[in-house]
Amino acid sequence: MSEHQTNTSNTSLLSAISLTCIREDRLLFDQLNIKINAGDIVQVEGPNGSGKTSLLRILAGLSQPYEGDIYFKNKLINHSNEEFHQALLYLGHLPGVKGEMNAQENLAFNLNLHGLHCDDTSIKQTLAKVNLTGFEDSLAAHLSAGQHRRISLARLYQSTARIWILDEPFTAIDKQGVYDLEQLFKAHINQGGCIVLTTHQDLLTFEPSSIKKITLDYIVE
Amino acid sequence: MAAANLSYRAVFSLVLKRDLTIAMRHKDDIINPLLFFVIVITLFPLGIGPEAQTLSRIAPGIIWVAALLSTLLSLDRLFKSDYEDGSLEQMLLSPQPIFVLVLAKIVAHWLITGLPLILIAPLLAILLHLNEQSYSALMLTLLLGTPVLSLLGAIGVALTVGIKKGGVLLSLLVLPLYIPVLIFATSAIDTAALGLPYSGQLAIIAALFFGSLTLAPFAVSAALKVSTN
Repeated sequence: MSEHQTNTSNTSLLSAISLTCIREDRLLFDQLNIKINAGDIVQVEGPNGSGKTSLLRILAGLSQPYEGDIYFKNKLINHSNEEFHQALLYLGHLPGVKGEMNAQENLAFNLNLHGLHCDDTSIKQTLAKVNLTGFEDSLAAHLSAGQHRRISLARLYQSTARIWILDEPFTAIDKQGVYDLEQLFKAHINQGGCIVLTTHQDLLTFEPSSIKKITLDYIVE
Repeated sequence: MAAANLSYRAVFSLVLKRDLTIAMRHKDDIINPLLFFVIVITLFPLGIGPEAQTLSRIAPGIIWVAALLSTLLSLDRLFKSDYEDGSLEQMLLSPQPIFVLVLAKIVAHWLITGLPLILIAPLLAILLHLNEQSYSALMLTLLLGTPVLSLLGAIGVALTVGIKKGGVLLSLLVLPLYIPVLIFATSAIDTAALGLPYSGQLAIIAALFFGSLTLAPFAVSAALKVSTN
């Protein structure tokens, strides 16, 4: 641990050392080293089943890697859990939206759980930003998959977390929505945050050279 | 806007309120286990016959076994729907201590399923000709015992939540853990029927309650982390 601290610069928000992941007896990736600094946008690429979601879950601390460690600001993430969770926003495949609650309640609960206090008007404004005006009071069970995703993405507008880990954030989102999200990503990066995401779409408004890429491939044994 | 640290109490009431709201809008979660409890108990007089003596002899056992089974039936909802729609992951990744979240969910589960059982039990006891002296024992054992069922059951659910058809496995895991509660609860009610003091059995159930109240949330947190891995 002490050796590691001298090797990495202080700006590294999230780093992974020699990550190995094995799922169902299949090697997904081997000895992967990742370093993510403030201001980085990292796109994880690879065909379906190459381990993109597994990598994101490992980086978020939801899954344990077969081998290797994740460091948040040069501290092992298991040792600084609360601080790490304050700084992390992970949106996975599943939107985490309860069908029995309306859009406003869903968003308010998720924000409150992260210690963010929002009054009704700011919640409504945030929902308006993701195009859910008029749907605030509808139970989520009556909304579409794209709208569920929008409810969970609305958290990004209020988030104080520096590390965003987003698994396919553009799924079921229309063109205008994708454009808005990319603008939000830019603002987040300029404020010293970092983003790790998987997507099969290209990020259109970003300079290709400004995007760091991690490419995962099938490993044939 | 800075993220403020919430007190344990604020986190607890936040999650409790959410779970109760969901249950109130999804009423079959409350009604189904209760109806199951009522129907199982009404089946016994029909099957065994209406002799008051036989029924009152087996009443404590019937009520408690029905309570165990109806709790088991409702346990699945505790984490399953949160697991399936991804809100469980979000809770595990929140900066709040997991055992507080878990405890709030278990308390909500007990309020939704345990409390209605306690309220309706005296009516069903009449149906089974329970000895008059046993009513207070029945209520006290249910009051102390049903939270234990929710707490221990939560460990089983947390371990099996990731499995597609975990229902049978859940019963195999959880029912043996319910045996001590069943033994001491029915023994307390039987003792009360004889007019003897039953504080000993009650003390053991209380010990089970406090033991599981303090330890189960940590076991559940650990199990959930394994299940979402």
